[in-house]
Amino acid sequence: MLRLVSRPTSTGRLGKVACYGSSPRGNVRFCVGLVWLLKGWRKIGHRSISSTSARQQDITLTVDGKEVTVPQGSALIQACEAAGSVVPRFCYHDRLVRRRLLDCFMCLVEVERSPKPVASCAMPAMPGSKVFTNTPLVHEAREGVMEFLLANHPLDCPICDQGGECDLQDQSMRYGSDRTRFHEITGKRAVENKDLGTSRVEELGTTGRGNDMQIGMYVEKTMDSELSGNIIDLCPVGALTSKPYAFHARPWELKNTESIDVLDAVGSNIRVDSRGVQVMRIQPRTNDDVNEEWISDKTRYAYDGLKFQRLTTPLIKEGDRFVPATWEEALQRIADGLTASGAKDDEIQAVAGHLADTESLVALKDFVNRLGSDNLTIDQVNGNAPPPHGVDVRSNYLFNATIPGVESADVILLVGTNPRHEAAVLNSRIRKSWLHTGLEVGLIGEPADTTYGYDYLGADTKALADLVAGKGAFAEKFKAAKRPLLIVGSGLSEHPDSAAAYNALAKFAEKHKNTLITPEWNGFSVLHRIASRPATYDIGFVPSKRATTTKPKFIYLLNADEVDPKSIPRDAFVVYQGHHGDLGASLADVCLPAAAYTEKSVTWVNTEGRSQLGCAAVPPLGASREDWKIIRALSEIVGTPLPYDDVLSLRDRMWEISPTLVRYDMTERTSVDVALAGLKTLAAATAGAKVSGEAFQKPITNFYQTDPISRASVTMAQCTRAFVKGDKEEFGRGHSSETTSYA
Amino acid sequence: MLRVSKSAALLQKQSPALRRSLATVADSPVRHYGGLKDQDRIFTNAYCRHDHGLKGALTRGDWHRTKDILLKGDSWIIQTIKDSGLRGRGGAGFPSGLKWSFMNKPGWEKDKRPRYLVVNADEGEPGTCKDREIIRGDPHKLVEGCLVAGRGMNASAAYIYIRGEFVQEANHLQQAITEAYRTGFLGKNACGSGYSFDVYLHRGAGAYICGEETALIESLEGKQGKPRLKPPFPADVGLFGCPTTVANVETVAVAPTICRRGAAWFAGFGRERNQGTKLFCISGHVNNPCVVEEEMSIPLKELIERHCGGVRGGWDNLLGIIPGGSSVPVLPIDKCSEVLMDYDSLKDAQSGLGTGAVIVMDKSTDIVAAIARFSSFYKHESCGQCTPCREGTTWMMNMMNRMAEGRAHRREIDMLLELTKQVEGRTICALGDAAAWPIQGLMRHFRPEVEARIDAYRAANGGVLFGGRLKSEVDQTLPIPDNLGANLIEPGDRI
Repeated sequence: MLRLVSRPTSTGRLGKVACYGSSPRGNVRFCVGLVWLLKGWRKIGHRSISSTSARQQDITLTVDGKEVTVPQGSALIQACEAAGSVVPRFCYHDRLVRRRLLDCFMCLVEVERSPKPVASCAMPAMPGSKVFTNTPLVHEAREGVMEFLLANHPLDCPICDQGGECDLQDQSMRYGSDRTRFHEITGKRAVENKDLGTSRVEELGTTGRGNDMQIGMYVEKTMDSELSGNIIDLCPVGALTSKPYAFHARPWELKNTESIDVLDAVGSNIRVDSRGVQVMRIQPRTNDDVNEEWISDKTRYAYDGLKFQRLTTPLIKEGDRFVPATWEEALQRIADGLTASGAKDDEIQAVAGHLADTESLVALKDFVNRLGSDNLTIDQVNGNAPPPHGVDVRSNYLFNATIPGVESADVILLVGTNPRHEAAVLNSRIRKSWLHTGLEVGLIGEPADTTYGYDYLGADTKALADLVAGKGAFAEKFKAAKRPLLIVGSGLSEHPDSAAAYNALAKFAEKHKNTLITPEWNGFSVLHRIASRPATYDIGFVPSKRATTTKPKFIYLLNADEVDPKSIPRDAFVVYQGHHGDLGASLADVCLPAAAYTEKSVTWVNTEGRSQLGCAAVPPLGASREDWKIIRALSEIVGTPLPYDDVLSLRDRMWEISPTLVRYDMTERTSVDVALAGLKTLAAATAGAKVSGEAFQKPITNFYQTDPISRASVTMAQCTRAFVKGDKEEFGRGHSSETTSYA
Repeated sequence: MLRVSKSAALLQKQSPALRRSLATVADSPVRHYGGLKDQDRIFTNAYCRHDHGLKGALTRGDWHRTKDILLKGDSWIIQTIKDSGLRGRGGAGFPSGLKWSFMNKPGWEKDKRPRYLVVNADEGEPGTCKDREIIRGDPHKLVEGCLVAGRGMNASAAYIYIRGEFVQEANHLQQAITEAYRTGFLGKNACGSGYSFDVYLHRGAGAYICGEETALIESLEGKQGKPRLKPPFPADVGLFGCPTTVANVETVAVAPTICRRGAAWFAGFGRERNQGTKLFCISGHVNNPCVVEEEMSIPLKELIERHCGGVRGGWDNLLGIIPGGSSVPVLPIDKCSEVLMDYDSLKDAQSGLGTGAVIVMDKSTDIVAAIARFSSFYKHESCGQCTPCREGTTWMMNMMNRMAEGRAHRREIDMLLELTKQVEGRTICALGDAAAWPIQGLMRHFRPEVEARIDAYRAANGGVLFGGRLKSEVDQTLPIPDNLGANLIEPGDRI
């Protein structure tokens, strides 16, 4: 039988969805991507030369007397899980291509008419076979394997970091013997500490043979990947542990809070583990529609930035220094400052920063609007001008293809973006698809190491224009594609040529509308990198044309730390609201301390337009308050009170603005007609734009430091030093004291 | 037992007319195997006394009307091999015709992938040196075999994976391949048959595990030689993801001769289901160690007496024989006297034919140390992929090294046996089994020897704890748990 490796689908684990007997249809969509890989079918890293073959048959077999139906090509272990029989395993992982790392042989099961027990994770499920997971033979075999595994185990559970959440611990409770037979005088085997740094998995491997084998990097170096932290979650035991977290907490002391990540616009689902008022670590949470079960290293490790550089009390600038103040004083000072500055109408400017949550954005917009201003600025280059794509049609600025949809694309064109740094988790999906299917990728913009191969088409608007004109081989590929995907970087709207570029893109999309925009598929996708940006556009937080040219006298910076200091007039009264003493705070006359993302339960809209509810894991630090409450309080003092007193009525207001903001955990597809109309409007609005011919730039030069939290993080600073500045030597050597000293 | 199966086999052969009736009370004639005549030998230059090049090979009949064999087509070749009863000579003894036929499943023509024959010349089994002789003396037999077997399974190319240490052999083989290309026997339109076929030689880097077929494929692909799990079998997804069959050198090299002389000729040797001739490599304590081609099912004793000048110091000086290379259990003298050298007879004797590497040990051998050496070998060669093998081989080696010294507890023998059972059949490839079987064979037949050694050590050094620590080394003032066998009463203890 041909070995069918089911492609790790984004849509669900097989085990969870397989159903009994009569209704197998539910499984069909889960096996769309069954591929058999020719060359290097077990190895990650080599692109296979095979094509996909969609096999959609289901097979039925019996596990422990229960009939179960699974897609053809699933492993026996998946069938067992579908039948509700738990099979212990170490080396098997659903989502890895090779699925098994080494061969632990813990998952042995008995199959009828097979003389010896079968490793269920590697054996394809065969129709009609009878499997038993709970027989004396199975137990004896697993106990034997466990004995071998424990033979060289150091018995350091009390001081091991994995203690309490270790698969080996759990399974030895069931299969381990209470006394050892391993008494050899030669002693146990041990491995020296290795530093892997903070996944390109082909970097990790084994050297040596047999019992002397060692796992590590082939060459002594640090792993250079934005997703490397995920190997910690993959490792079932304490062999790979998180260095910043090492020896700081035990799993049973931690409170787990399910929340949303905001350090990029993917909206990765995370679990914040906290002890008391401290965030101890951040781990991924499975959401197949967003991040599967991976998170980027920034998401995972930047949390120590929440401890440093925090604003804990309101601050008022006296002369050239900040003086702590009470909330009353600070708010009164702002009200006075607003009056004294004489700002009216559009002279009152609000700036929406990267980490602003939706609730506070809505409150701020309402507040500023009530003061008669439309000067709603975004914290980016050209942020004081209306965005080229407009905000009237949602599909013009969202990632319409959806994140799992990336995997079904057969040709991807990246424009002005490097997804590896702007959405690392999404990039892994492109890489996965590139490895296992015939995916073609083209790139217009600054060349970057994307971890997959691409056709480089040029760096500027001219390359885009050539593509629209149908020049070049890639244009042919795009034309022939069944499911083309156009990923437009968020950095494009900051570019001087953004209008011309969007004009070209709109034309290009129009040209390929038969394949690009269909009832099932919308391949025109804008990839945001900033967590607040989709919500900012959704609520219409954009300046009017008149406001663009107005010189502000009162500026309200909401989490805005990327502003150009020169853009702030000297005589303007500046308020900064945020959680870190970063750039924005230094410009302010009054600083209002607000809660960071782990400290508030608020709405975040990711790049797909999926609104998700974060959850407070720890209380706000010091005197800081939740953002929207601060704005609400200020509105009271200024004399234009906002009409909502609690978060529920605020969300009612959000529902009035856009119902999608409070329809949590789902994305809403724009209809074909509206999407096409939106593109037409876009093309019309940007027609005749001037072209400067400047090359597109990568918006992120340092993946590890993109926002106040990661800039305050020690771990991220070390990563920056190691990976961005290329100072790998120092990171590799003088590490241990540094990484553990700060906590 | 043996006799019954033999006569039953003979009965099947007899025609109905000869069936025993009430009137005839004659014993059916007992057929003796062995004594292969020179004209029936396949490897006529196994000792490399003649020219190994093309010229010499042609005089020995190689490449004689190969074109006609090729033109008879794939199904004819496979049917001939099936009829000849050839079983894989690499050790497992899987019927070769059947194995090759897996490549030609219905509808194979639609599969556009290339198809490969991989010849396993990574002969690393301790005691085995038959493929080496073939490659050195008769390389053209192998090259021609690649072509014939490759035609049979419709392969487009053959890869010969030769053991890295075989330098001269690799040279001879490369010479043979070059000569064959030059004369048009290989390459496009091989032998003028219209069939295109390439042969590549690949030198290994000295890992025993790369002799396992899937590990060999991995190694050929440039990866670490670690066995793959089957399914998928190589015939579906093998080398570079293409249909592949891995076959031993001897299996491939005999194929042209079988096709030339006919399946019936080959099937005429040996017992039913064990037909053919076979190269046996006899080493160890015999007067005249040699590699010799003999008929299958030759009695082990006769093989040694006829070709090796007998056991050193006479048959009665024999301690035991390992009949098939290091992977199979040892046989004691009584079994050696009656066993036949074929797959089934040796299996009945709880051993195996393996590669036909007969390792003879006389009474001067330290049998425990010998098996302990095997354990060290398997520990060293375990690839480390499967837990039971990785951990088990090390553990078994440690215990065997202690047993060789006698520094063990009697109860540890049973524990060791249990350990071997935990390794056997719990791994991807057969290396785990191969590591377990010699120990099982030792304990089956020579347990008293091991026990005597343990007792002697105990008598000389005092009690030994589980794990090999001496009782005298234990600090009695410490509260050591009494579960290490320190205070168990042993035979011979004074109470």
